[in-house]
Amino acid sequence: MWQRFGPVVTVVAAIFALWYVMAVVMNANWAYDKARRADVELGFSELVVDTWSQKKPRLPAPHQVAVELWNTTAMKSITSKRSLVFHSWITLSSTLLGFAMGTVLGILLAVGIVHNKAMNLSVMPWVIASQTIPILAIAPMIIVVLNAVGISGLVPKAVISMYLSFFPVVVGMVKGLRAPDAMQMDQMRTWNASKWTTFWALRWPSSVPYLFPSLKIGVAAALVGAIVAELPTGAVRGLGARLLAGSYYGQTIQIWSALLMAAALAASLVMIIGQIENYTLRKMGMSQ
Amino acid sequence: MSDIVIEAKKLSLTFETNDGPVHALQDVDLTINKGDFVSFIGPSGCGKTTFLRVMADLEQPTGGSITVNGMSPEEARLKRAYGYVFQAAGLYPWRTIGGNIRLPLEIMGYSKENRVRRVKKVLELVHLDGFENKFPWQLSGGMQQRASIARALSFDADLMLMDEPFGALDEIVRDHLNEQLLELWAETNKTIAFVTHSIPEAVYLSTKIVVMSPRPGRVTDVIESTLPRERPLDIRESQEFLDIAHRVREGLRAGHGDD
Repeated sequence: MWQRFGPVVTVVAAIFALWYVMAVVMNANWAYDKARRADVELGFSELVVDTWSQKKPRLPAPHQVAVELWNTTAMKSITSKRSLVFHSWITLSSTLLGFAMGTVLGILLAVGIVHNKAMNLSVMPWVIASQTIPILAIAPMIIVVLNAVGISGLVPKAVISMYLSFFPVVVGMVKGLRAPDAMQMDQMRTWNASKWTTFWALRWPSSVPYLFPSLKIGVAAALVGAIVAELPTGAVRGLGARLLAGSYYGQTIQIWSALLMAAALAASLVMIIGQIENYTLRKMGMSQ
Repeated sequence: MSDIVIEAKKLSLTFETNDGPVHALQDVDLTINKGDFVSFIGPSGCGKTTFLRVMADLEQPTGGSITVNGMSPEEARLKRAYGYVFQAAGLYPWRTIGGNIRLPLEIMGYSKENRVRRVKKVLELVHLDGFENKFPWQLSGGMQQRASIARALSFDADLMLMDEPFGALDEIVRDHLNEQLLELWAETNKTIAFVTHSIPEAVYLSTKIVVMSPRPGRVTDVIESTLPRERPLDIRESQEFLDIAHRVREGLRAGHGDD
């Protein structure tokens, strides 16, 4: 048991310890400030108690974030605007839609690149260029343009998620669809197999081990995209909106709880894909 | 005419590389008759694999002519006139052994019951009955190679092109597979072109041994074997066998004379 979880527990404990120490350091100024104005002498234990329980700390202590998370998830109805579950679902829905769109787009582009000489020579530079543009710069434009043609709500956010998540899929799938070696391709030729047959019988199954790592990166990128998409729109719903509102009003505890929620969401999505990956590769005899 | 399966006349193939032209084949003349078991032997770079690939329409000759079943290699390929066995078994890990053997049959549009019947038949031929539903990783290297031979046998091609199919296997497994291959050849009456660089393997298997030499790749000797078609493993200790092996070795040495 300790063999397996020991290192993880140790690292987590170290992070928490550092976090608590940093909370004291970061919030000490405000604690001394308050003490000076109230004309009291601040001992070390009072300092620690104060820095770990401020209303708007520079760095909230872990238990403050935990309490906030508990209050905004378990203690609130999930339809409430104050529920973090509600906001997470808003962000998750556009993440999943954008991720699905990005995956399909990525696979289609990869199929084109592998099968078409002109696409092979021309598409990749554009794909790479698309990722060098800061998403924060392009996100408002996408939303404005789509709004102008009457598309609003979920879809513009999903488009931004797609924009970030198609890239790893293209890169991984181009490699994956080219994974069959010369011998396997020659073999298909000796059977006079069509391109179509070669694709479904050989290229597609060969690419599966390359697809899943791309999907893991893609889904995390899609979540970032969905959160970023909520920032410039002044959205009132979603994790991005919580981050924005938190920073307007100096609600650091709210910011941290939204951040942790986003991290947990990303971790869960990646883990789910990892499970599907294990199952699929085992089924396909490719994880021996 | 109808007995000739492969006929090459003045066949040449030159690869253009950055270091200048490489003459993989130069002026190769060869006839393979129906039912022959022909081995191609020679050091690396002598063009034996290239020659096999030209027969299979996987390489294009740059000079001379070649026919397969009286057709161009391309026509022969389109008519699925041959089964090709590569050095590696190349089975798909996501398909069972049966599924792998079925693959060319599916591609060629055989009916379902026909596929089932043929898979059963070729599995028996290579002594893999009962392994139809196993996955490749559950089989040893020798068994995988047998499965790949079964796959090449599954459709109606009278010609088998085999490119060092047992090259990656150990000696004992190899002996065993050679024996089985001869049985198979006798049972199915196929014409076999077989690339190897083992002298005993070539002598043991073949009715005709083509000795080749490199730079440029050419045929230095064609030996018609005097051994009977029926060949127990211990024929390899007979004087006749040793004489043929000696002649092959001489041919290989002559080819090496210029480097």
